[in-house]
Amino acid sequence: MRIGVFVCQCGTNIAGTVDTEAVARRAMEYADVVYATSYVYTCSEPGQQEIQRRIKEMNLQGVVVAACSPRMHEPTFRRAVERAGLNRYMFEMANIREHVSWISTDKEANTRKAMELVHMAVAKLRFNQPLFSSKVPINKRVLIIGAGVAGIQAALDCSDGGLDVVLVEKNPSIGGKMAQLDKTFPTIDCSSCILGPKMVDISQKENVTLHACSEVESVSGYVGNFKVQIRKKATYVNWNACTGCGECVRKCPSRKAPDPFNEHLATARAINIPFPQAIPKKAAINRDYCLHFTKGKCGVCKKICPVNAIDYDMQDELVSEEVGAIIVATGFDLFDHSVYGEYGGGRYPDVISGLQYERILSASGPFGGHIRRPSNGREPRDIVFIACVGSRDASVGRPYCSGVCCMYIAKQAILTRDHLPDSNCYVFYMDIRSPGKNYDEFVRRAQEEYGVQYIRGRVGKIYPRGDRMVVQGADTLLGIQVEVEADLVVLATGVEASAGAGELAEKLRISYDQYGFYMESHPKLRPVETNTAGVFLAGACQGPKDIPASVAQGSAAAAKVQALFARDAIETDPQVALVNERTCVGCLKCIMVCPFGAIQSKTLRDGSIKAEVLASVCQGCGLCNATCPPKAIQLQHATDNQILAELNILCA
Amino acid sequence: MERVHTLAIQATSDPRFIGEVERASGQQISHCYQCGNCSASCAYTYVYDYPANQIMRLVQLGQKDIVLTSKAIWLCAACQACTTRCPCNIDVAKVMESLRVLSRQEKKVSGRDIQLFYDEFLKLVKRFGRVFETGLLPLFGMKAKKPFTDMDLAPRVIRKGKLGLIPHKVKGRKHVEGIFERFEAYCSRREKDKG
Repeated sequence: MRIGVFVCQCGTNIAGTVDTEAVARRAMEYADVVYATSYVYTCSEPGQQEIQRRIKEMNLQGVVVAACSPRMHEPTFRRAVERAGLNRYMFEMANIREHVSWISTDKEANTRKAMELVHMAVAKLRFNQPLFSSKVPINKRVLIIGAGVAGIQAALDCSDGGLDVVLVEKNPSIGGKMAQLDKTFPTIDCSSCILGPKMVDISQKENVTLHACSEVESVSGYVGNFKVQIRKKATYVNWNACTGCGECVRKCPSRKAPDPFNEHLATARAINIPFPQAIPKKAAINRDYCLHFTKGKCGVCKKICPVNAIDYDMQDELVSEEVGAIIVATGFDLFDHSVYGEYGGGRYPDVISGLQYERILSASGPFGGHIRRPSNGREPRDIVFIACVGSRDASVGRPYCSGVCCMYIAKQAILTRDHLPDSNCYVFYMDIRSPGKNYDEFVRRAQEEYGVQYIRGRVGKIYPRGDRMVVQGADTLLGIQVEVEADLVVLATGVEASAGAGELAEKLRISYDQYGFYMESHPKLRPVETNTAGVFLAGACQGPKDIPASVAQGSAAAAKVQALFARDAIETDPQVALVNERTCVGCLKCIMVCPFGAIQSKTLRDGSIKAEVLASVCQGCGLCNATCPPKAIQLQHATDNQILAELNILCA
Repeated sequence: MERVHTLAIQATSDPRFIGEVERASGQQISHCYQCGNCSASCAYTYVYDYPANQIMRLVQLGQKDIVLTSKAIWLCAACQACTTRCPCNIDVAKVMESLRVLSRQEKKVSGRDIQLFYDEFLKLVKRFGRVFETGLLPLFGMKAKKPFTDMDLAPRVIRKGKLGLIPHKVKGRKHVEGIFERFEAYCSRREKDKG
């Protein structure tokens, strides 16, 4: 083989601490190397042209570039050698930047290490084989998990682009957290008035299949061809018949069921429709509270239903869907403030979360939009808001900023002063974070126009005095302790990853950070992609986000799916396992270890049993390669011979 | 200490002081982001010259003199409310304790009486193995030249049986005395090494 070596200087990034000329000179001594040079920016246009020119001039059959991490430029150089007529897998990269020049200033040692890495790459390249990818057709349907505002936006954009959409929502209605909000910042427009039309759109789109009260059970397959099992939870109401008239809800005698939509400020009936604008507007039975299920009697809803939709014998149903891409938009949950013992640990009825206050403000909420204290139903006069509850607090494991609380308490304070002009609003804050369009102006308005008293300091404790609460905090600007007597305390509870986010991530084989937020493929340049091809992210499941950002990500993820589906087929990665049938003994250990179900057994005409790899399912992890006793199964482009060739150099 | 109105930061900052406090307390001072929760939770902010969060801030700015001569560090009751509430997991009470030690080492204790009280208190502990209140208060009162302070409380406390006329017998008072002697020997050795 005739091999060319190109050692990149990367300006001074590499050349500063590695003698690239010496590395190139030494490379000439390695077996099969016929050309070696050092170049200032190998990834630049002239740098790539140099490689191509040398391939043609010197009849090179393989190329090694010693430069940055293959994660940066391996695709660039593979395309470059391909343009010069070589197979793209006749190329190797030695990482002498991240692994050498950036981590040590010892030029001599660096140069030695760089030489060894280049030598290893050359040794491996001598065993490289041209590899060719195959094409698999794309199933142009998209699954969207979670129907909050991000998922809804993604679904609408995909649907408008002519794609079939499968939308899965855990709750009985779509809308997510935004449906629970009263107004939105910084425009104070009604949340359900701007979300409602989008929700209705979803229900009217012919190419959107909505599975509410459903969860993803399992996911198999790969980009272009995912198979998804969806569990439709039993609602004990036949939704094909139910008209959402609400007659059953009005007549249900069990009135103590929890009401998660109202954040447990009120109770619901055992058969319930969560809110008037619910989509789908269908009733569902909570069997833990239904008298038919708990006591074996009642049956009022069944008797009264005009369309005979009640079905007490309903079971969970598993639905299979085949899709080509998945958008994850599972949103967030609110931090549970009961871990703060100093704020009452959840014992004081008049110390509530931000979302609970949102329900109190809402006209469809438990008090019909009148601000009342949950304890005695009276109108509060003094209302204290406390920022950063479960945000920027390492002591409760939440060191990050939730990003939305500063804005939502400003909004709630403005709404409070609007509803109750005689009330006094106090906001305890550490810093105000309002870096959005018209956001800081909005916070200023709360202070200047609405007379909300902002106090810079955290709150040390809340304790009852009479039927009011004493909020003891600091005014760090004055350097003194302050006390505010309050009728109602609203905690700006922070954003955390949605419960069960980790479980879903494992089903989808995507990664998540230490707080449970899904990891994007690149924090700046690939914000809605994951490291699993064909799985995209939208909204707060990736990190705390407000409505505009969630909507933008919903659209972005939809655009990514449409770009993926613009092709009719996907090229598969040929770096997968391959069985040498002559040496395979048919023990089938590989089938047992394969995490992706990519290996199956087959019987040859002579009756012998052999393993067979499904190239389109194989992810190239190499577990089978390591397990195979006669080494009959080999991971292409990382075969035993290639790895041993590298090791031989390293240990020589 | 008079409150400072303009602080020439470069001229007054002693960057080594931050390291000293961190070594003595085992806490990383830069972790404090000045939320003020320590001051909000502190039972004695009302008598402090600098509330707890300002003490932390002064340490961050390397203001050795202001911190070590402050009254706040001596009025701290070490109740640990600040430590419990700190969202940054800083043991603020430990920092205050370390500042008291540094203040004594640097001979910067504000107010003669504070140092005097601690000294008299410890002298009695050394002698009797625990404090002897009936001895301590008159002794401190005489030396501080305010012999009648708190005298009015005596009859009430005596009636409740809180003040004994003779010191309590404590087991192992020799051992306690031994602790003091070893510590004093250690201090004088260190003084000699320094000198």
